[in-house]
Amino acid sequence: MNLHEYQAKGLFAEYGLPVSEGYAVDTADEAVAAAEKIGGERWVVKVQVHAGGRGKAGGVKLADTLDEVRDFANNWIGKNLVTFQTDENGQPVSKIYVESCTDIDTELYLGAVVDRGSRRVVFMASTEGGVEIEKVAEETPEKILRAEIDPYTGALPYQGRELAFKLGLKGPQIRQFTDLFMGLAKLFQELDCSLLEINPLVVTAEGNIHCLDAKVNIDGNALYRQPRLAEMNDPSQEDEREAQAAEYSLNYVALDGTIGCMVNGAGLAMGTMDLVKLHGGNPANFLDVGGGATKEAVAEAFKIILSDDAVTAVLINIFGGIVSCATIAEGIIGAVEEVGVEVPVVVRFEGNNSELGRKTLADSGLNIIPGESLVDAVQKAVAAAAGGQA
Amino acid sequence: MSILIDKNTKVICQGFTGSQGTLHSEQALAYGTQLVGGVTPSKGGSEHLGLPVFDTVADAVAATGATASVIYVPAGFCKDSILEALNAGIELIVCITEGIPTLDMLTVKARLDVSNARMIGPNCPGVITPGECKIGIMPGDIHLPGKVGIVSRSGTLTYEAVKQTTDRGFGQSTCVGIGGDPIPGSHFIDVLGMFQEDPDTEAIVMVGEIGGTAEEEAAAFIKANVTKPVVGYIAGVTAPPGKRMGHAGAIIAGGKGTADEKFAALEDAGVRTVRSLAEIGDALAEVTGWS
Repeated sequence: MNLHEYQAKGLFAEYGLPVSEGYAVDTADEAVAAAEKIGGERWVVKVQVHAGGRGKAGGVKLADTLDEVRDFANNWIGKNLVTFQTDENGQPVSKIYVESCTDIDTELYLGAVVDRGSRRVVFMASTEGGVEIEKVAEETPEKILRAEIDPYTGALPYQGRELAFKLGLKGPQIRQFTDLFMGLAKLFQELDCSLLEINPLVVTAEGNIHCLDAKVNIDGNALYRQPRLAEMNDPSQEDEREAQAAEYSLNYVALDGTIGCMVNGAGLAMGTMDLVKLHGGNPANFLDVGGGATKEAVAEAFKIILSDDAVTAVLINIFGGIVSCATIAEGIIGAVEEVGVEVPVVVRFEGNNSELGRKTLADSGLNIIPGESLVDAVQKAVAAAAGGQA
Repeated sequence: MSILIDKNTKVICQGFTGSQGTLHSEQALAYGTQLVGGVTPSKGGSEHLGLPVFDTVADAVAATGATASVIYVPAGFCKDSILEALNAGIELIVCITEGIPTLDMLTVKARLDVSNARMIGPNCPGVITPGECKIGIMPGDIHLPGKVGIVSRSGTLTYEAVKQTTDRGFGQSTCVGIGGDPIPGSHFIDVLGMFQEDPDTEAIVMVGEIGGTAEEEAAAFIKANVTKPVVGYIAGVTAPPGKRMGHAGAIIAGGKGTADEKFAALEDAGVRTVRSLAEIGDALAEVTGWS
């Protein structure tokens, strides 16, 4: 789960980490009031969306007057910001973050992720701050410093000092950086993070270490024990259908093709999409109904797929392990009867109760095309989506 | 022969009396698995499915001599259950549960790495040696005792591979679902090494997916260590970057972990890859000469 910058900085502040004074606001009036409260003559105003590349897209501005703060807020609230990380529609802006302005001397990078290769939380630091760190990792990997955290000892101050010295920091900055490193490691562990990123981390004109940006992702599997963070979720930043699917514990990812896919199991769902592509079609979505799919969840999955206007055919591929194909069949029939269906539906059942599932569909009187095999089902769906005879 | 489990493996179940534990224990017993008891704290001394229930794994091991445990407890309790099994001397821990917090698995994995225990999963269908022992949630009846070792990150894709090898009469020596999480207890290379050593495994099917570098590591391992024919499939060619595709571990992050990179690594290692998951059986026949 992603957090907004203002939420991440709020957490940083709770952990005593150096962030600017700032306020998240919903209206232009509040933005001006926030700037007045912060004081000074210069502010940074930033749109709050779940996407990187805000600066280049015009979503971050230095404001020298209160009017500029107001204009920025008026200009963005209620609109969508398109960056290189978003789709062509962009992400909706409902909040602006108003922050005091920091004079920058040097820009650095500091981040932490769960590294699958080393099976550790790994901190990464670089003198190449403010740019895309993936690019630095690709082109000049020697400029990325690493520190692996042992899950049994936790982060140790020497690891922070090592990074600080290698980054070329001096004097009191060593202590400041080490404290930041230790605080971030604590935050990562206690809040079940999957990713932390400060880009840029800056040395201010006064020579202090300061977090200019903050990105925090939380492990979705841990939200049950992080109820306060779970409440910070902003569904407006997700695809509408993906958010709807999540409510029914369905895994849905929107794609831009025409064949709606409903599959049980994540691997098979990906494999089915790949087969559709291999046979000349384009999948409209990834959808895993899961191992313990109920009739209701299947019906909901069907409705989500059909709510995508681009869908011209539906392919249902179920290999029943725990889930019974008969249950899936009842869910399909229920959904078709409830919402109606204008597009061809191809179904392939295999495994647990597959014969009963096929018979249930055949006896339903609904216009459902049976797939004799996996490939046969995919080919029929591709043909049907293209408007041909299945 | 087989790997990990056979007809003599004594298995206990953690989370035995819960709904999942009960359902799958019934099926395991029906399959012929030597399930010898289960663990549910505070229900020790009672009976469930005609088997003894113990308060702790240590009690269960002492009383039954079990060497394997299958875990069906909810995700939030898995770290505790896995480490309990490990500390009680269980040699093979199979964790089926999906949704374990990643930081919990980092702790578990660090402990596993310095122990003699082997863990399969989490977020996996389990392990089966057809005709002998079934530990997990896979449908037993699609399997056939035979000569293909199957290792996979995905449950239902394993079933597809199983069906294709059963339909052609090749059968399976052992099928291992290593699971769809970013931090699994065992990786491809662990299982590939066992298949290479197992005299009853004559060919290997490896089913990977996007995310991480486990397939690339497997490719390097195969190149150096595996002489048996390997057929490889990777799911997720059409998956968009940055999106989690159902499995917690199935995500292309920072441009890394794509299916194309993994296919290329496997092909470089001499693995016969298939772009269509429906062609796993055909490819096996081709590389082995079996008909």
